[in-house]
Amino acid sequence: MRDVAVVGTGMTKFGELWGRTIKDIFVEAAHKAIEDAGVDHIDSLYVGCMSPGLFVGQEHLSAVVADYLGVTPVPATRVESACASGGAAFRQAFLEVASGASDIVLAGGVEKMTDGADVTDTLATAADQEYEVYQGITFPGLYAMIAKAHMHQYGTTREQLAAVAVKNHRNGAKNPNAQFRSEVTAEQVMASTMVADPLRLLDCSPVSDGAAAVIVTSLDVARKLKKSYAKVIASAQASDTIALHSRESLTTLNAVVHAAQKAYKMASLKPTDLNLIEVHDCFTIAEIVVSEDLGLFEKGKGGEAAAKGLTSLECGKTPINTSGGLKAKGHPVGATGVAQIIELYEQLTGRAGSRQVKNARRGMAQNMGGSGASCVIHILEGQ
Amino acid sequence: MITARYHREIPQRYRLEAGKCQKCGQVHFPPRRVCSKCKGTTFETIHLSEEGRLVTFTVVRVASDKFSKQTPFVVGIVELNDGLRLTTQLADVDVDKVEIDQKVKLVFRRIQEDGRAGILCYGYKAVLA
Repeated sequence: MRDVAVVGTGMTKFGELWGRTIKDIFVEAAHKAIEDAGVDHIDSLYVGCMSPGLFVGQEHLSAVVADYLGVTPVPATRVESACASGGAAFRQAFLEVASGASDIVLAGGVEKMTDGADVTDTLATAADQEYEVYQGITFPGLYAMIAKAHMHQYGTTREQLAAVAVKNHRNGAKNPNAQFRSEVTAEQVMASTMVADPLRLLDCSPVSDGAAAVIVTSLDVARKLKKSYAKVIASAQASDTIALHSRESLTTLNAVVHAAQKAYKMASLKPTDLNLIEVHDCFTIAEIVVSEDLGLFEKGKGGEAAAKGLTSLECGKTPINTSGGLKAKGHPVGATGVAQIIELYEQLTGRAGSRQVKNARRGMAQNMGGSGASCVIHILEGQ
Repeated sequence: MITARYHREIPQRYRLEAGKCQKCGQVHFPPRRVCSKCKGTTFETIHLSEEGRLVTFTVVRVASDKFSKQTPFVVGIVELNDGLRLTTQLADVDVDKVEIDQKVKLVFRRIQEDGRAGILCYGYKAVLA
């Protein structure tokens, strides 16, 4: 396989973009990425999007965005892997360039969630429709069941869950593209509306609109462009049972464990070699479980680590979600995995402003779908 | 809900029919064509145990539109006495007094309804044993 790099990025602000269409926000992000990279063409594009059919009544999104971006007749493909759609789209672009089939590929992601669809019902299509959702379970409910099991098994506390939200809001306040640029206190998190016990409103990532895009090229092309680039040193993906109840453990996400092991092997790295990690904190408990399953903390100790500040921007070790994470940056589901790559790129090229991690050289993005049935992990390295 | 989609699941929802792999003994609910444990392809139809314990749960307070009239309601994962786990509502309980490890049994109940003119959808729910 050839070496592959990210050479340019673009994204919209995440939030409630009432006045914008799905194609308009995607084109904004994609056009910015092309300009940022300074490429004169793309060979193909991938767009990660979970459910444009249910959210805005538009399928065949790949052709829609290729048309409005003005890049026809290049090949355009939509990639769907629930909330991991963006990461999966990026992985397809990586593989296409690594294989030598293309030199310059656009990997983007988008979701338009505020157009009036029943968001809870639409997101629930990422779980087992007949044997989970039929009973009325929701996504906050699925992660709440993981949280209850984690609290029961390891003594994880309500305060530890809140610490994740407080930290991610603190980081999000420093991110100009974040949906929420406001800090919250642990007291506010623990007094917010109960959604699915024990998860409250401020444990949950928001409903968001947004788009993100990056330009993926061969390392040779990246060098010729004479721009800052970040090399993709690992790309890994894994799956697990669709239903949470089918898994041997309710507190370990096997797809995360498997994808992480593959990624560490591919990059010849261990968790402590990473200078930052963007994890899929769709709910506060997800960040805690994933921080354990990535091998950063011992099983059952993720909550304690979060409460002690071991994942904060100022921790001096491996900060988690410097962008604000899904919690504060926002979670337009198809865009999330690509936006994580953008945070890594900004950090590794020294463009992260007040969120900058000093001497950041290697970063990981962990993106997952459903209650952990899909996981995509990438590791990027700066120059 | 599309009637055919509902009709297909009746053996599982009304009678708890599962598939037991003839090669390795793994029980699948719903039944599968290929055993995910040993790749076996022959199965015996069995009926799941109707009793078990709650291994985790939540109280859904914000639901999809279809279930919004039922909130708050408890959904949990039940481990039946034969070892199989499934997701089900826990009915007839004070939602603030549910605990992990409580003994439960499955009963036949209405689960949801398809608007004003659509079909009524039935299946299993757990109640305290």
